[in-house]
Amino acid sequence: MSAATIFFAVLFYAATAILVAGLAFKIADYARTPAPLKIPTTPAPTSTGGVVLRMLREVALFESLFKSNLWIWAFGILFHGALLLVLLRHLRYFTEPVWFWVGWVQPFGLYAGFAMVAGLLGLWGRRFVVERIRYISTPSDHLMLALLAGIGASGLGMKFLMHTDIVAVKAFFLGLMRFDVQPLPADIGLYVHLTLVALLMIIFPFSKLLHAPGVFFSPSRNQADDPREKRHLAPWAAELEKN
Amino acid sequence: MAAAEFTTPELKDHLDIPSLQRDAMAESKPYVASDKINTAIGFPGELVPDWEAKAIGRLGELLNKYRSLKVYLDACVHCGACTDKCHYFLGTGDPKNMPVARQDLLRGVYRRHFTLAGKLFPKLVGATDLTREVLDDWYKYYHQCSECRRCSVFCPYGIDTAEITMAGREILDSIGYGQKYSNEIIGKVHKIGNNLGLPGPALADTLQGVEEDVKEDTGIDVRYPMDVKGAEVLLVTPSADFFAEPHIDSLIGYGKVFHAAGISWTLSSKASEAGNFGMFIGNYEQLRKIALRIREAALELGVKRIVVGECGHAWRVAYSFWNTLTGIGAGANDPFAVQLQSQLDHRYKQPAHICEVTWDLIQRGALKFDKSANDQRIVTFHDSCNVARASRMGDMPGGQFEIPRNIIRAVANNYFEMAPGTTHEATFCCGGGGGVLTDELLELRVKGSMPRMGALKQVVDQHGVNFMATICAICKAQFTKVLPYYKFNRGMVGGVHQLVSTAIQLGDK
Repeated sequence: MSAATIFFAVLFYAATAILVAGLAFKIADYARTPAPLKIPTTPAPTSTGGVVLRMLREVALFESLFKSNLWIWAFGILFHGALLLVLLRHLRYFTEPVWFWVGWVQPFGLYAGFAMVAGLLGLWGRRFVVERIRYISTPSDHLMLALLAGIGASGLGMKFLMHTDIVAVKAFFLGLMRFDVQPLPADIGLYVHLTLVALLMIIFPFSKLLHAPGVFFSPSRNQADDPREKRHLAPWAAELEKN
Repeated sequence: MAAAEFTTPELKDHLDIPSLQRDAMAESKPYVASDKINTAIGFPGELVPDWEAKAIGRLGELLNKYRSLKVYLDACVHCGACTDKCHYFLGTGDPKNMPVARQDLLRGVYRRHFTLAGKLFPKLVGATDLTREVLDDWYKYYHQCSECRRCSVFCPYGIDTAEITMAGREILDSIGYGQKYSNEIIGKVHKIGNNLGLPGPALADTLQGVEEDVKEDTGIDVRYPMDVKGAEVLLVTPSADFFAEPHIDSLIGYGKVFHAAGISWTLSSKASEAGNFGMFIGNYEQLRKIALRIREAALELGVKRIVVGECGHAWRVAYSFWNTLTGIGAGANDPFAVQLQSQLDHRYKQPAHICEVTWDLIQRGALKFDKSANDQRIVTFHDSCNVARASRMGDMPGGQFEIPRNIIRAVANNYFEMAPGTTHEATFCCGGGGGVLTDELLELRVKGSMPRMGALKQVVDQHGVNFMATICAICKAQFTKVLPYYKFNRGMVGGVHQLVSTAIQLGDK
């Protein structure tokens, strides 16, 4: 067993633990914090079913962003849609036998790799070209895009430039899932790709990537517009009525 | 600080996104509240010595009380979708008036003190210490936001800068760095019963004067009653309706509607104010305390219905918050709320907007109009931000847009819409809402009204519009002040019930 294999095994166990525990902590924190007032951005759905639909449109189609700015919407949906396909394509490294629909996704996932990088470069370009967005961009905003673009580029690199032994890679990850560490191919492209992915997993719960769980907890989007019909009272606000 | 000289923006055919003018509005700030004003409503009199620690402490408390604040401070990805949506940015070009940049003034301090990344790598993630400079930026730029929520419509996560502004102001108040305008008004509402400090006897006089004027005008005895026990309706309206122009013309209209429909109603000297500046300063206790006056008045007078006059943020508070704060609403099963809810007549919406009442009566054929009485007016409608994006009327989402327009079409023949993207949920704030309607912020108010003024100019040029109807006391006061800066007649703004008042037929049934 090479030192690199052990390093990546430890790295991915740690990254997974941080990602899962960190996200669980944040989600529990959001869920625990009360929303004392009804503040849906209106017009808003008046029922829970309507709220579910609103949230679906927001998460799947980026409805508000579409109304807001077509360039950001186009690059954003290109990146996120492609990322989804790429992630689904990667399921083949974690399942044996590979689920049949993951097989169907494979060719789409491949092109999606390019689309993902293109979307990222579009979003990144706006951070330089548009004065307003340049003003609000922090170093971490640039680094986040660099990280994601690096993941995409190193992944595409392994497919088209420097092949790696993907059968062995799959054996490594299936091994990790069964706590039976298998050797990882010694390829620099693979090392780069996996390091960046692990880094992304580690910073996820500490960064703006929290927009992913956050959107579901946004009171302006997830509340039904029914304040006259139902009394909405947070526990700390109810305490005030006891005085 | 006297209001500095400034240039009124030029109105163009379409709305340009300005290039950044750094610190363009760095001198704009409202007067700081005095010791006396602050202590009267329970805030420290002046900036406390250990303000930094106190402010961070208060931010921590708010983070645990408000999910909105916690999620919104985490979720922003700096995508930039909101950067061209704020009327104050569009009118001033000051980058700190871009919603995301306004939020970042607080977010930077949040990151520094409440996130691991900000504690370890502050420069990397834009985290900042709470220096005096940052604190002053909070004071300046959280008073250059009218809490209108336009940005929240366009944010992919619904991040509402109003929530951030409210938290910022709440923190400032908690360390004795509050704003004179809002805090003085809150003191008045507690001491005298309304924002304008109009005592009961003066109010009674005013209402008597209104009755005489209406009698002279129409020959009919329309009543404007106060403190009548057992009346069916308690009308709660902004106190500007009692004497300001053009507000009072809408008050006259409400009275005529009740008269024509034969509904007994009353105002209350105790709750002679619908406005609730507790919302503007983001202080839940004040918000609640001010709202409780309405509950007490309703219980004392034994009314069956509670109706709210033309006021934007007051309608937000009434529609969205009253059930929570006071039990005015339906569907509760706790004793506090049931005490009041069992008194109310639930065949009607509680509370109801005056426009809901009037439109309901129109649909039932209970009101008669001579639409030609409004023929000298060519009307457009300005959606007030808090009505448009933070409340509703009627049974369907969007009723807050349709019902006032339906009323206008029922009482006037000439009506034109302003451009899409400037109305309905995308409406531009008048520039004076959210606690900035004070003279030392005139430059901000004039520049912030530019997007609305541009849209108005289009319908003035194309259709000869000479009357912009609205249902908000602040919009009316703000437009009356800023219209002349854009070479419009200050008299062209008025209320929806002013139009109703002109056209309604009384007595000859």
